[in-house]
Amino acid sequence: MAPLLALRGLGVAYGGRTVLHGLDLDIARGETVALVGESGSGKSQAALAVMGLLPDGAAVSGSARFDGTDLVGLPRPALDRLRGARIGMVFQEPMTALDPLFTIGRQIALPLRAHRGLSRRQAAARARDLLRLVELREAEARLGAYPHELSGGERQRVMIAMALACEPDLLIADEPTTALDVTVQARILDLLANLKRRLGMAMLFISHDLRLVRRIAGRTAVMRAGRLVEAGPTARLFAAPAEPETRDLVAAEPAGRKTPPPPGSPVVLEARGVTVSYPGRGGWPWRPAPRRIAAAGIDLTVRAGETLGLVGESGSGKSSLGRALLRLEPAAGIVRFEDRDLTPLSRAALRPLRRGFQPVFQDPHGSLSPRMSAGAIVTEGLRVHAPALSARERDARAAAAFAEVRLDPGTRHRPPHAFSGGQRQRIAIARAMILRPRLVVLDEPTSALDRTVQRDIVALLRDLQAAHGLAYVFISHDLAVVRALADRVLVLRDGRAVEHGPVEAVLEQPQEEYTRALVAAAAL
Amino acid sequence: MTPSDPAPPPQAGALARLRRDPAAVAGLAALLLVTLACLVGPLFAGHAYDRIYYDYPRTPPSWRTYPDAGTLGPALDRLALRMRVRAEDVAVGPEAVRLTLAADRPVDERVLGFLARSDLFGPARVLARSPDGHRLTVEAPVRRLRFLLGTDALGRDLLTRALVAGRVSLALGFLATAVALGLGVAYGAVAGYLGGAVDAAMMRLVDILYALPFVFFVIMLVVFFGRHLALIFLAVGAVEWLDMARIVRGEAMAIRRRDYVLAAEALGATTPAILRRHVVPNALGPVIAFAALLVPRVILLESFLSFLGLGVQEPMTSWGVLVAEGARAIESSAWMLAVPAAFLVVTLAALNLFGDRLRDALDPREA
Repeated sequence: MAPLLALRGLGVAYGGRTVLHGLDLDIARGETVALVGESGSGKSQAALAVMGLLPDGAAVSGSARFDGTDLVGLPRPALDRLRGARIGMVFQEPMTALDPLFTIGRQIALPLRAHRGLSRRQAAARARDLLRLVELREAEARLGAYPHELSGGERQRVMIAMALACEPDLLIADEPTTALDVTVQARILDLLANLKRRLGMAMLFISHDLRLVRRIAGRTAVMRAGRLVEAGPTARLFAAPAEPETRDLVAAEPAGRKTPPPPGSPVVLEARGVTVSYPGRGGWPWRPAPRRIAAAGIDLTVRAGETLGLVGESGSGKSSLGRALLRLEPAAGIVRFEDRDLTPLSRAALRPLRRGFQPVFQDPHGSLSPRMSAGAIVTEGLRVHAPALSARERDARAAAAFAEVRLDPGTRHRPPHAFSGGQRQRIAIARAMILRPRLVVLDEPTSALDRTVQRDIVALLRDLQAAHGLAYVFISHDLAVVRALADRVLVLRDGRAVEHGPVEAVLEQPQEEYTRALVAAAAL
Repeated sequence: MTPSDPAPPPQAGALARLRRDPAAVAGLAALLLVTLACLVGPLFAGHAYDRIYYDYPRTPPSWRTYPDAGTLGPALDRLALRMRVRAEDVAVGPEAVRLTLAADRPVDERVLGFLARSDLFGPARVLARSPDGHRLTVEAPVRRLRFLLGTDALGRDLLTRALVAGRVSLALGFLATAVALGLGVAYGAVAGYLGGAVDAAMMRLVDILYALPFVFFVIMLVVFFGRHLALIFLAVGAVEWLDMARIVRGEAMAIRRRDYVLAAEALGATTPAILRRHVVPNALGPVIAFAALLVPRVILLESFLSFLGLGVQEPMTSWGVLVAEGARAIESSAWMLAVPAAFLVVTLAALNLFGDRLRDALDPREA
């Protein structure tokens, strides 16, 4: 039987730059094929080329036959009859893929009315059925809701409902769960697998995360730098990867355990009853709305050379707590750093102490000022804490700091955007390390990075910790990374500490329901 | 460096990017050329900006020299009438006229002053004198004048006037913009970064100043301090910084939530340092775009004030005033509008082009 979608020598080029080199791939009816690779490997470009969604500057070559019709170079009207009707697509970012101005009922009804010619009433009825199909709670009431009233996971369900509206033969899912929490991720994956079985459609599942792929895809194609590296049954690929690139990806899971700190290490950070709250919405000047509690009465201690993992879903208050520990966020409770109580200190009094405790943030794009050179970013702390240094001495220190985080010191005069995501995170780490802090709060430092880059950053963090006896507070939703880095874990849910203990104990034998769900979703 | 982190090729600074951009270079060159012309041009134009040539009102632009051969004879007759003599044996040469002044009484040599005072002739020289003094043969050089861009309604050279006007307009445009820029950026950045009650108080002050009618404000200044060009700078700058402050405040509010500001705070940087190193540089893009638009706005605002009699006063002039005069004379002498308008258009186009490219070059994401 002819495959449903047959890509032959599909290529994409921008100007003279080729981002996809001749991809050959078949998808049979009812089959799930995963396209895996790191960012920049060309996997999304392939999907967009199939859908005819590439920007004007892109030159597409080769062919993409869908049920006998070549989609490459197909005129717009003919393409529009296929997209949305016979090929559905789910995008990565459910926040931006839905139009904020229309109710979700109208957005789901749109392809139905366009392709099936349904009346407004019929389309609304079908939209309701679809929302039930994707197991959205209170589907009836949600028809009239706007996208901002929904959570990320719910929005992704709506996106899936839209893609499925016309019962497509092929569903292209481009990183459909990357922007979601682990537990939500697991539920969306189950939903997709379930729907695929019930509706008998084929699915092209694009992801950078091998663990997800293992769960859902029968066949997997691995890409790197715009080329297909290896394709085959998923199980075979994992058991016996033939190509070094595939082996690299399979082995990219953060591995190893941290050596525990020597007993009797001094306590670096001690927090008692830390509570972070934000003003509530609405209310009146004379009767303010109740404050939203982000973190409630958290107690924790971290010793030199020790890593405490802070784990929880998004909205569990782990980032707020991290900022409160650094006194970057007003909070109630007591925070002691080494032998000093930080709580009563003013901003000005706190400044000279700040070199002892430093943050590293999640988004390496947002945490570096785009108008400063990388070297100036790294040495900014020296301007504050070592103002006597001359510009030349600072530059020398910047070079040394670059070398410490294994970046080429010769690149320190470039602006941050000239670096890749992993390199930027190294710059952010260097900025913290140049002050020789005793405590570093790492707020999801590896979440925005590819797996192989993640592995290198984890190794770097471990080495730095061992070299300088640093105390880490490591905030993450990724239990695999936490297991590789942390000594102890504190599980947060809705701002409360749910479970606390050594990393092995918490992740192997979770006591609480919530922790169990987290561990199950991460499929450790 | 790990092999999995490929780095793009190195980037040069904003200045180098700007220098490589032909449009930016062309814009800046045009701007400098206009400025230079306005500064030194009047010295070489051959006319004083306030010199009125009564014989040449509304002369159209041309390469020709004045006076024409045909106009000299009648003009001499008119002059002779005022000298109360008869002009005889008029011989018009290319360089000079030779003529005999005749009268029924001795001709006083002082009447020759009429010749020199007219725009047509230079000082006259007596060649011969009849014994009775009734006939005086004189030679006067013809004064050749050229009005490349024509003259205005009073007969003043338009090129010179446009160049002199450019001094006022450019100085006003750039200085008032600089005032607005400095004040607005500092004020807006502080308000937006600090936020909360400080922001509310600072922005309410801006709202109050917004509510003051501009003309009323200028009239007040003029009443209290007298009419002075510096007051215009002050008045325009004092009004235009309000917009700038609002724009920068909005940017600063967005920037203060960025992780790099939080990181700087965690490094222990003081508020002024954060403002200087992080907030202001990153708010610069829209500021430059707005500043490039502000210069023409200020130049036109000045013409409005001058029209009301609050700006520059005759015989001093500015582009805005010249454009206003030209607009009134558009039916009879369109060049009076075209000349100052052309200066304005070239300057503003060059400015916008340069501002646009400058903003792009400062944006580090532009490769």
